[in-house]
Amino acid sequence: MDSQAIELTGISKAFGANNVLRGIDLTLKPGQVTALMGANGAGKSTLVKVLCGVHPPSAGAIRLFGKPFSPATPSQAIAEGVVTVHQNINDGVIPDLDVASNLMLDQLARPGKGLFLNRKAMRAQARELAAAMGLDVDVRQMVSDLGVADRQLVAIARAMAHKPRLLILDEPTSSLSAAEAHRLFGLIDRLRNGGVAVLYISHRMSDIRRIADRIVSMRDGKISGIFEEQPLDYKGAVNAMLGHSMADANIEVSQAEGVVMELDAIQLREDSQPFSLTLRANEVVAITGLVGSGKTDLANVLFGLEKPLAGKMTLLGQPYRPDSQRDAIAKGVFLCPKDRANNAVVQDFDITRNLTIPFLRRHSGAVFLKRGSERQTARRTIDDLGIVCQSTRDEIGSLSGGNQQKVMVGRWLAEPSNLLVLDEPFQGVDIKARRDIGQKIRETSPGRATVVFVAETDEALEIADRIIVMSDHTIVGDHRNEGLDMGLLQAQVAGQIDSVHAVTKKTAEPAK
Amino acid sequence: MQNSTRENLTGTAMPENAKQSGAIGKARRTRTEVAIRYGFLVLLFGLVLFFSLFAEGFAGPYSAVFIFQSVAITGILALGVTATLVVGGFDLSIGATATSALMLSAYVMVVLGLSAFWAVVACLIMGALIGLINGLLIVKMRVPDLLATLGMMFLLVGLQRIPTEGRSIATGMTLPDGTVANGTFSPAFLWLGRHRFDFFIPNLIPVSVVILIVVGFLVWLFMEMTRHGRLMYAIGSNERAASLAGTNVNRYKIIAYMISGVLASIGGILLSARLGRGDLASGNNLLLDSVAAALIGFAVLGAGKPNAFGTIIGALFVGILLQGLTMMNAPYYTQDFVKGAVLVVALVFTFALKKREATH
Repeated sequence: MDSQAIELTGISKAFGANNVLRGIDLTLKPGQVTALMGANGAGKSTLVKVLCGVHPPSAGAIRLFGKPFSPATPSQAIAEGVVTVHQNINDGVIPDLDVASNLMLDQLARPGKGLFLNRKAMRAQARELAAAMGLDVDVRQMVSDLGVADRQLVAIARAMAHKPRLLILDEPTSSLSAAEAHRLFGLIDRLRNGGVAVLYISHRMSDIRRIADRIVSMRDGKISGIFEEQPLDYKGAVNAMLGHSMADANIEVSQAEGVVMELDAIQLREDSQPFSLTLRANEVVAITGLVGSGKTDLANVLFGLEKPLAGKMTLLGQPYRPDSQRDAIAKGVFLCPKDRANNAVVQDFDITRNLTIPFLRRHSGAVFLKRGSERQTARRTIDDLGIVCQSTRDEIGSLSGGNQQKVMVGRWLAEPSNLLVLDEPFQGVDIKARRDIGQKIRETSPGRATVVFVAETDEALEIADRIIVMSDHTIVGDHRNEGLDMGLLQAQVAGQIDSVHAVTKKTAEPAK
Repeated sequence: MQNSTRENLTGTAMPENAKQSGAIGKARRTRTEVAIRYGFLVLLFGLVLFFSLFAEGFAGPYSAVFIFQSVAITGILALGVTATLVVGGFDLSIGATATSALMLSAYVMVVLGLSAFWAVVACLIMGALIGLINGLLIVKMRVPDLLATLGMMFLLVGLQRIPTEGRSIATGMTLPDGTVANGTFSPAFLWLGRHRFDFFIPNLIPVSVVILIVVGFLVWLFMEMTRHGRLMYAIGSNERAASLAGTNVNRYKIIAYMISGVLASIGGILLSARLGRGDLASGNNLLLDSVAAALIGFAVLGAGKPNAFGTIIGALFVGILLQGLTMMNAPYYTQDFVKGAVLVVALVFTFALKKREATH
């Protein structure tokens, strides 16, 4: 027994007959960052919930530095030094309070604290904490006024205030830009040096490469591989998590056909450069760039959610000025939005109903809906995309993240479109589901133009015929996904190439 | 990811390829599920059985009709609330809309001396208009639904007193300008409130009950079987997702409030026809009773969501309980307490059991 670490022995967790965790043995040492990898549904989240006091384990024991640890509530876990930053940032912050109150919240909630607030002391403490975090915000600012990334950092800073012995980070970078992620990594480095054990959950290989001291792969509720010999065997870890090896996604770049959409001198911001872009049929275009580079604005413009400040759009030779989402859809421009939980999933509906929402007219007679027709579409989509479920009537919430995302993508593949826009279709999706979705998008791409917005360059390389880089709300790079210059691409992503020189009418045309 | 653990516990009757659900899991799932699904109906059935055995005169067609009649108006209003709940809204102005319709119908016939037809038409138009204004306040002015309809409620409660200077309307009353109102409630109008259709037994089923059943069926058809109803449920569950899928969210929300307004005015017409005068004091309980019925409806068949069938069962449940207790000599002043208790129990059914299922 090791009294110098967090030890999990034989941790199991069953919900009814469903064994989600089946005997997890794991040791987390101080000063070590353990990356936890696993496909959607492998049991990572349940393991986290057991550790942070949300679920008691069905069997097994946890020892925290030699002492038994069985938290009944999250606050008990926190009190003993096991601190978790959850994936959903809004669980971690209270938008209507200022930063200082958010950072000091747990102290405020502690019993025995005086009745009145000492604002000055609170702010001073908060400032100290923020400075230690490298968090550069005014602590008097409302959290609701902060961007997503700053909110995330506030949530993490709040976790730091507890002086954690084990810090659990669940997909912390999913809404951070590269620079912000960099800051987070710096912080994790410091914590590691300070002797904190860190459990880091992520789908992003780039994160794992940067900070992991060891990798633990999970599959079907068991640990399928522990990798701690330097250099770390990343490929082995992925294989252990999938249960089989994953071939590299080799894509055959296809020939672009007729012009579908032309953007002419589109300007997204007052201070940004106008750009032009031609989207062609049978071509999958990935638009990549950092968080805040204008990708979402462009997606919104294409779908009619926002109007560009200047410029013209032409769809199949006709002027295109959608005045609503409905209008865009009627013209054959579909958007599969990012952040499915907020923007796409209808929690109260089953798979079938989630799939058929946009095209209910197709499944409707003169007055009534045709359930048979809906079910048929659902069955086809489930087969096509390999959605793992028990029937077409499963609640959407009963599916794993990857399968939910497949349903959301399937929703827009059910009808032919002129232009299909997918905004971050791989968000919170494991590699297997990601490949399935990517393959399906490519398979169905003839006959329409396809635009995929992704923050991760890796994901762009996996799916696109052509990769466009955005920075500062304009296009700074245009590459064909064949023997491309990765260095140049990365530099453009990082915004190191002056956009004025990089974008000329010429580079905006697809290189033949 | 976080939801994958529920895979085997969510309610699908026929797993097409059940992977891991062993016999134990199945039994457990069915038990919780059955409790959620049929618990309330079993309770209702037990109640009927209990009163039939112990309350003399409870079992019988007249008693049944009396119960139906007592809940008909509440039920119709509750169906309106249901429509707004479906789109994720709430209509607090239904009670006031109903009493406004009551006053308006009396005003049209007694003061203006017009026919029953015009009274009904005026009320329906007023109901639709109130719904439209509620809807516009909510979608265009961005007033939160509870506040917008609360404001509308106050406004209507005040408005209906203005034409008669705060007095009830009856034939022979003196108007503010000194003249005497000579109009009467026409027989055709009173028929709506007082006629009973023959159904095996002569003079059995009141018009209001027939209207409740028809309206309930239509609302059910609209919500469950048409694409409009489906999209309204989608809006109620995730407005943003529905909007991004091309749904005209604003239009459907306005439609929901208009349905609510029109149904409330139908309720007011029936109340007016039953009373035969424009009584300001009547209809005090309409709002709370109908909201309760709609919320109790969540628990019926484990729907966990607003639904027309559940709403009617909810209204009936309250009606049966009150009628039975009255027949067993429970004092009248315990009625509100009983209603409240039923509502709380129903809400526990809906949310606690649903939640327990969800956290598994």
